Amino acid sequence: MSTNLADPTRLATPPTFQAVSLSRRIKNGFATTLVWGAFLIAIIPLVWVLYTVIQRGFPVILDGDWWQKSLSGLLARQQGGGAYHAIYGTLVQGLVCGIISVPIGIMIAIYLVEYGGRSKLAKATTFMVDILTGVPSIVAALFVYTVWITYAGMGRSAFAVSIALVLLMVPVVVRTTEEMLKIVPDELREASYALGIPKWKTIVKIVIPTALSGILTGIMLALARVMGETAPVLVLAAYAPFINYNLFSGPMASLPLMMVNERNNPTQAGFERLWGAAITLVLIITLFNLLATVISRVLAPKTK
Amino acid sequence: MKIQRHGAVLGLVAASALLLGACGSDNNTGAGGNNTPAASDVACGGKTKLNAEGSSAQKNAIDAFVQAYKAACPSADLAYNPSGSGAGVKNFNAGQVDFGGSDSALKAGAEVEAATKRCQGNPAWNLPLVFGPVAIGYKVSGVDSLVLDAKTTAAIFSGAVKKWNDPAIKALNGSANLPDKDIAVIYRSDESGTTDNFQKYLTTAGGWTKGDGKQFKGGVGEGKEKSAGVAQAVGSIDGAITYVEWSFAQDNKLSIAKIDSGAGAVELNAESAGKAIDGAKVKGEGNDLVLDLNSIYGTKTAGAYPLLLATYEIVCSKGYDADTAKAVKAFLTVAATTGQAQLADAGYVPLPKAFQEKLLTAVKAIA
Amino acid sequence: MNDPVVAKRPAGSGDPGAVRGVAAAPTASEAPIPPTPAAPETTKAPHVRPGDRIFRGLATGSGVFIVVLIGAIGLFLILQAIPSLGLDQINFLTSREWNTTDPANLRFGILDLLLVTVIVSILALLIAMPIALGIALFLTQYAPRNLARPFAYVVDLLAAVPSIVFGLWGLFVLGPVLFPFSEWLIENLGWIPLFAKGNVNVQLGGTIFTAGIVVAVMILPIITAVSREVFDRTPRMHIEGAIALGATKWEVVRTTVLPFGKAGYVSASMLGLGRALGETIAVMIILSTTSASFGWSLFDGGATFASKIALAAPEFNDTRSAGAYIAAGLVLFVLTFVVNAIARSIVAGHKEYE
Repeated sequence: MSTNLADPTRLATPPTFQAVSLSRRIKNGFATTLVWGAFLIAIIPLVWVLYTVIQRGFPVILDGDWWQKSLSGLLARQQGGGAYHAIYGTLVQGLVCGIISVPIGIMIAIYLVEYGGRSKLAKATTFMVDILTGVPSIVAALFVYTVWITYAGMGRSAFAVSIALVLLMVPVVVRTTEEMLKIVPDELREASYALGIPKWKTIVKIVIPTALSGILTGIMLALARVMGETAPVLVLAAYAPFINYNLFSGPMASLPLMMVNERNNPTQAGFERLWGAAITLVLIITLFNLLATVISRVLAPKTK
Repeated sequence: MKIQRHGAVLGLVAASALLLGACGSDNNTGAGGNNTPAASDVACGGKTKLNAEGSSAQKNAIDAFVQAYKAACPSADLAYNPSGSGAGVKNFNAGQVDFGGSDSALKAGAEVEAATKRCQGNPAWNLPLVFGPVAIGYKVSGVDSLVLDAKTTAAIFSGAVKKWNDPAIKALNGSANLPDKDIAVIYRSDESGTTDNFQKYLTTAGGWTKGDGKQFKGGVGEGKEKSAGVAQAVGSIDGAITYVEWSFAQDNKLSIAKIDSGAGAVELNAESAGKAIDGAKVKGEGNDLVLDLNSIYGTKTAGAYPLLLATYEIVCSKGYDADTAKAVKAFLTVAATTGQAQLADAGYVPLPKAFQEKLLTAVKAIA
Repeated sequence: MNDPVVAKRPAGSGDPGAVRGVAAAPTASEAPIPPTPAAPETTKAPHVRPGDRIFRGLATGSGVFIVVLIGAIGLFLILQAIPSLGLDQINFLTSREWNTTDPANLRFGILDLLLVTVIVSILALLIAMPIALGIALFLTQYAPRNLARPFAYVVDLLAAVPSIVFGLWGLFVLGPVLFPFSEWLIENLGWIPLFAKGNVNVQLGGTIFTAGIVVAVMILPIITAVSREVFDRTPRMHIEGAIALGATKWEVVRTTVLPFGKAGYVSASMLGLGRALGETIAVMIILSTTSASFGWSLFDGGATFASKIALAAPEFNDTRSAGAYIAAGLVLFVLTFVVNAIARSIVAGHKEYE
């Protein structure tokens, strides 16, 4: 399958229209089987994981209470209650993270593509974004813990989680935005300059709208990834079984944190909450992925 | 088919979004069930939402206390984050939480100093509020009843005894039909107060020389994450043994070994554990109720189960603002009185009478 | 390929348009002002408009921000790690012991952590690479057009499943299923050190083998996504040329798509490797720790850098012992960085000769 040096010589045979030789057909069939096989093998774990989650979690989320109530005041072994507090936390932490990282990420990408060129700062920035891509989430969480909580003296809060998530989200946003901005044809920029439009306005009104669908898709995917992160919430947010609307103080639950907590609850109620939270999280992330697809379809540039 | 599934997912998500649009509710009284009637002598009020954090070993106890607390003081609530003793002490000392839960008392030196600073120059008190027995859980097919003493336990967990039919185990279990099977030791892979206390117990009573601490030092077996992981692992292979909080052993249907401390085999139950607590000596001064753990672990009292995990609430003796002080006192009062009723169900031991009074005196003295 | 073009333009075209009137200055940040080039107030030639200056400042500021941020992370890691490294009683790089209970007598070495981390990641990579190649080829070359899109979406969905779900799935579902297979491997191939009976109980599934497979599933979508994109860009002419020469489907792939996408595929795999190295929660849940040192078997237990840190993180209360873990985090940081840098250099090298 790897080295196959026989073929080039065979191509030099008389140029009559010949049937494809048996060995070539076999090879072709073999490769096709392998490729299909690889795909089917990959589908197995996905379907399996999803099946596990759905089978164990689906009955739980059918209960209306699940979406409207918290676990406030319930003992570990008492059934009932819901995940509203955790769903709220996950969404709010994700959204705040997005609100912070999207402008920063996009601005960095704009700097890299439109302004930085080959300057030292641009190289340093690219280099740093690369490092940030590789930072494991637990290291990011520890960093935020030390800087935000130990040195700055702020409390553990949902906001601290959002900051750690920003560290994880920014590089993804920068990368996708950068790629998308690079694809924008230079002719568009030049046409705009020729009309006397200032550069910043060219970027805001011409370059970004052209690349918008790709950027938004990237943002949605980054958000989806970030909301499933467990390590930062583990270190930076305290779990609360009740609803806390306040982003800046007090403990706030989130779905991954709820799963970590309920994992250590050996009762039937704990089992249900664990997998209920899992399926809820997967649903939310799927929703964001779907949004990304929809956005990229609706906003796809018409220039192509 | 794919499209249909997508459609279904989309529909479900949309429906859930609609439901989320309606405001959530903390009200679970319908499901809360058997709330004990409020004790009238609790001075409710102060801060409405207390924060506490620390040992995961006492989480379920705190949950029960919170339920009782909310029943006694309807507008009050408390959030307990079971992130570990270390985090509890750290965040108490950093002023992040109103009280900390810890598997061990504050250590003299840096920890006590930081706590004093956090309490505006007043000492912090260690109040042993929750006692959780640690079960030696095992699974060996055909062996429903097993007696161990501290020495044999230490030998098993340090790898000196490797087979279930080892003479040392046989000597304690004359009639049992012990198989010729390898002992699979399972321990906590995360750092845990349960490990620390278990090793301290073995040191005191079983001649364990490997040392204590939150990391398991036995040098055999394999580590699983958290109590849930440990209990689940023992439940799934034949020949496994571990130390785990009582409730986890029960919920995973593990067999629990009886402990022989010299006065006969003692089964783990609320009564035998209560007996060990009754015999505990306090080595702290005044209302700082630091326990002398050797008096529990080394107990020779007949019918006392010595392997207990005492978890403390670390509170400021003074130095809270008035609101917080009031709420902390109210919560601890409820916890030490009506809150005890549900403990046995959750795998803990209710406080014996004499000990309860000591605690209440300390709680009253908080200002 | 369009890099140099993009790079040159901003430098040369600071203000390609006419200079705008001063009146716009106070409201420079407001976009909807129509371009009014009618104010020919030519002062000096290279006058930068305020709007441009602000926007450029913002963009550059963001660049500076991220540089400073990473500097801070690196500094924080090093500052926290150095005192503990100084207190370490044994060799940090070559020792296998890890004992941080007594801060006055710290004994920690990362050799086992490093080996387990690398072995888990490489196993994951070896499993994921061929499969990802297959999927990427399937989605770009083999799948019927109207199926490729939903299938691609399904694979992307795999990336969205949170890692804790994978961890629980690996522990509860996959582990027991793998048990007979693992046992078979040990029985029949046990003479190879890699498949020898390890230092943990195979029946529990807390082995490097299980962890590696789960991590492989987790990095599969990452490798697939990038490779797919690269394969998709294979010039149509090359493919059509090969078809015109009478090549079979496989020959088309082998002679046009693979050579074109090789660099992208390798770099995608490196990205996946980077992700595998840092995987935390799933590995923590699945992998059994053990006191015995790593014996080069896939059926050993152990801990990776990330899982070791996560297992201890809740109990960080002494800066000295926490520093030991942070030192380990620093090594992980360097490791992932090197892998990412390799990935990047492969792509960069490829771009030049394209």
